[in-house]
Amino acid sequence: MNDLYHVTAAPHARSPITTRNIMQDVCIALIPASLFGIYNFGLRSLLVILTTILACTVTEYVYCRLMKMKVNPGDYSDVVTGLLLALNLPASIPLWMAVLGGVFAILIVKMLYGGLGQNFMNPALAARVFLIISFPAQMSNFVVEKIASPTTLDYINSGAVALDGVTGATPMAAVKAGETVNLLQLFVGNHGGTIGETSALALLIGAGYLLYRRVISLRIPLTYIVTVVVFALIFGGQGFDVNYLLGQVLGGGLILGAFYMATDYVTSPGSHKGQIIYGIFLGLLTGLFRVVGSGVEGVSYAIIIGNLVVPLIDKATRPVSFGKERAKVEK
Amino acid sequence: MGKSTFMGGIHPYEGKELTMDKPTTVLLPKGELVFPMSQHIGAPAKPVVAVGDYVLVGQKIGEADGYISSNVISSVSGTVKAIEKRLVVTGKLVESIVIENDHEYKKIEGYGKERDYKKMSKQEIREAVKEAGIVGLGGAGFPTNVKLAPKDEDAIDYVIINGAECEPYLTSDYRLMIEEPEKIVGGLKIILSLFKNAKGIIAIEDNKPEAIKKFQELVSADSNIEVHIVKTKYPQGGERQLVYVTTGRKLNSKKLPADVGCVVNNVATAAAVYMAVAKSTPLTNRIVTISGDAVNNPQNFDVLIGTNFGEIVEAADGFKQQPEKIVFGGPMMGMAMYTYNISVTKTTSSLLGFLVDEAAVEESPCIRCGRCTEVCPLQLVPVQLAILGAHNDEERFVKMDGLECCGCGSCSYICPARKGLTQQILQTKNQVLANRRKAKA
Repeated sequence: MNDLYHVTAAPHARSPITTRNIMQDVCIALIPASLFGIYNFGLRSLLVILTTILACTVTEYVYCRLMKMKVNPGDYSDVVTGLLLALNLPASIPLWMAVLGGVFAILIVKMLYGGLGQNFMNPALAARVFLIISFPAQMSNFVVEKIASPTTLDYINSGAVALDGVTGATPMAAVKAGETVNLLQLFVGNHGGTIGETSALALLIGAGYLLYRRVISLRIPLTYIVTVVVFALIFGGQGFDVNYLLGQVLGGGLILGAFYMATDYVTSPGSHKGQIIYGIFLGLLTGLFRVVGSGVEGVSYAIIIGNLVVPLIDKATRPVSFGKERAKVEK
Repeated sequence: MGKSTFMGGIHPYEGKELTMDKPTTVLLPKGELVFPMSQHIGAPAKPVVAVGDYVLVGQKIGEADGYISSNVISSVSGTVKAIEKRLVVTGKLVESIVIENDHEYKKIEGYGKERDYKKMSKQEIREAVKEAGIVGLGGAGFPTNVKLAPKDEDAIDYVIINGAECEPYLTSDYRLMIEEPEKIVGGLKIILSLFKNAKGIIAIEDNKPEAIKKFQELVSADSNIEVHIVKTKYPQGGERQLVYVTTGRKLNSKKLPADVGCVVNNVATAAAVYMAVAKSTPLTNRIVTISGDAVNNPQNFDVLIGTNFGEIVEAADGFKQQPEKIVFGGPMMGMAMYTYNISVTKTTSSLLGFLVDEAAVEESPCIRCGRCTEVCPLQLVPVQLAILGAHNDEERFVKMDGLECCGCGSCSYICPARKGLTQQILQTKNQVLANRRKAKA
């Protein structure tokens, strides 16, 4: 019996892309933004990043052990959640809160709903919103001790200030007021905000990597951002003001949300058409929150609300099977 | 009308460079030859010889039993040693005729006689194809004479010759296109003579520029035949994809190409038609690729049907080391077997030996990445069908068009969570069809 071979049903070939290396790619793509965050806000950012990642991986490991499930197969999805959560937190956050956020993301949002692939909301964003609601003051303290805490929740409208350079209003607030801002500074990210959201440049470098590796497509991010711009153009009350519109794009975590969180596979639609609808929907919500609302966290709320309608979008946009088009029309 | 590609599909590692530039070698069998009576779709053939009979090259040893069935022809001269069940590539035991080769290759009368198809009636042509035991050589094995006799022959607008050969590693069609393109064009012309309103299309993937050039030169004088260059993408050679790409017409699982005015034949089938009609030579040989990283000397052999695969492995200098998996056919739709002690049939295009079984991987949870939906050439939602299948929800499986699946394997190939999507969908599809047959009976 020395000529026995494996017997399985076709196909016998497998693509080299696995869940694990998709998640690794996302981590790699977030490195520039993380490094910029550390440069911009100091080493404490690194501490926050390590804390949330550790909190997420430990929570998943412990949960799997307690539930007698197969222990984390090393797919890096927990690392992605931890890293994204950290990039969505201010560098000054007390570490126990960061831990709480990580535990909430993995335990409540992910594992209790069935683990990887089953969560209906993006765990990192859900945890961020949970922290914002629970600890509004700490979550909006963007300035690492050097500058007094802003009085309102919204750094955009308040006065969170970058470490060097722009003082007074943030770029977004200045934009809103119709003032000219240093767009270059806004683009590079040398201003206040959460650890990972300030530098459009760093985020776009990572996004370029993800696009190149085909981990994400442009469908969701592009429709999302374009919709935000169009919404701001029509309802923003500033008319066609390049400064104002670019400020909308580069500020307020839109780039981070659009490229890294709205594109989360688990919580976004599967079909191309669905993804475009989803992007537009997110854009409308974000625009609405920014223009009409008091402006707190437009992007995060828009995405987690968007997450909730994904099953509906999926249902409505199921592709028509090849060669069945006519049958559909006749019905 | 014509397009260069279809929606969906994948780009697996091609592996064709291992064998594509090596000329085909004729390999004569040493041992006994085994002819399963079922090498085609439809009813198995009935043996028309008995143990002890002396048979000749080109002699009919199995006769088509019914309309959808096919003759089986002896490829050697010799004595019938046994008629017994033998293992075939699907893993089943099938009644087979075993012939002891006398190595003299005495031929039946009229073998190889030149004929002018233009002087033959349509009925004579179809009869010649049927007698020669020709079936679809691309792998499906559908009797060609049946394909050439649609209900309304005037409604056929296109005769499509499938030279896509989109399965990785396989180059048997490619070598045929390079070495004997005249036979393929000859076969196409014979088929075209059956359909007065039809145009001929030879579809070739753009990774075969040499073949494209040869055919363009060969058909330059025929206004009725065109070479259609299609993009290299799997499953470009799938019937539904190929008809769509060449004519813009769409087929679903309930339709045959003839329903949209098309007749599709593989290049090797066209060449076999030419040999049967113009040269009175029945189907007794085919080109077989032996390839894969486990094979010492990957190449193509022109072998007699019935030859044991062990002889082909030997002729390719054996394996570098024990392969983990061997596959008959391409890696996407071919069949894995636990042994290569089986014989070459009309439809086995290759033997592939792999040192590492890529499919031996553990499944992980679906991350809803949507890649399976993106690559499905039929725009199905494979992951959902697989879940419905696993839950035995046949009603919703059918409603979601699960029966449309052509089994190309693209979804399983691409799945980063390594789910056995194609496998589950095909299993449920077969289960639904079996239940329907049961309900009918």
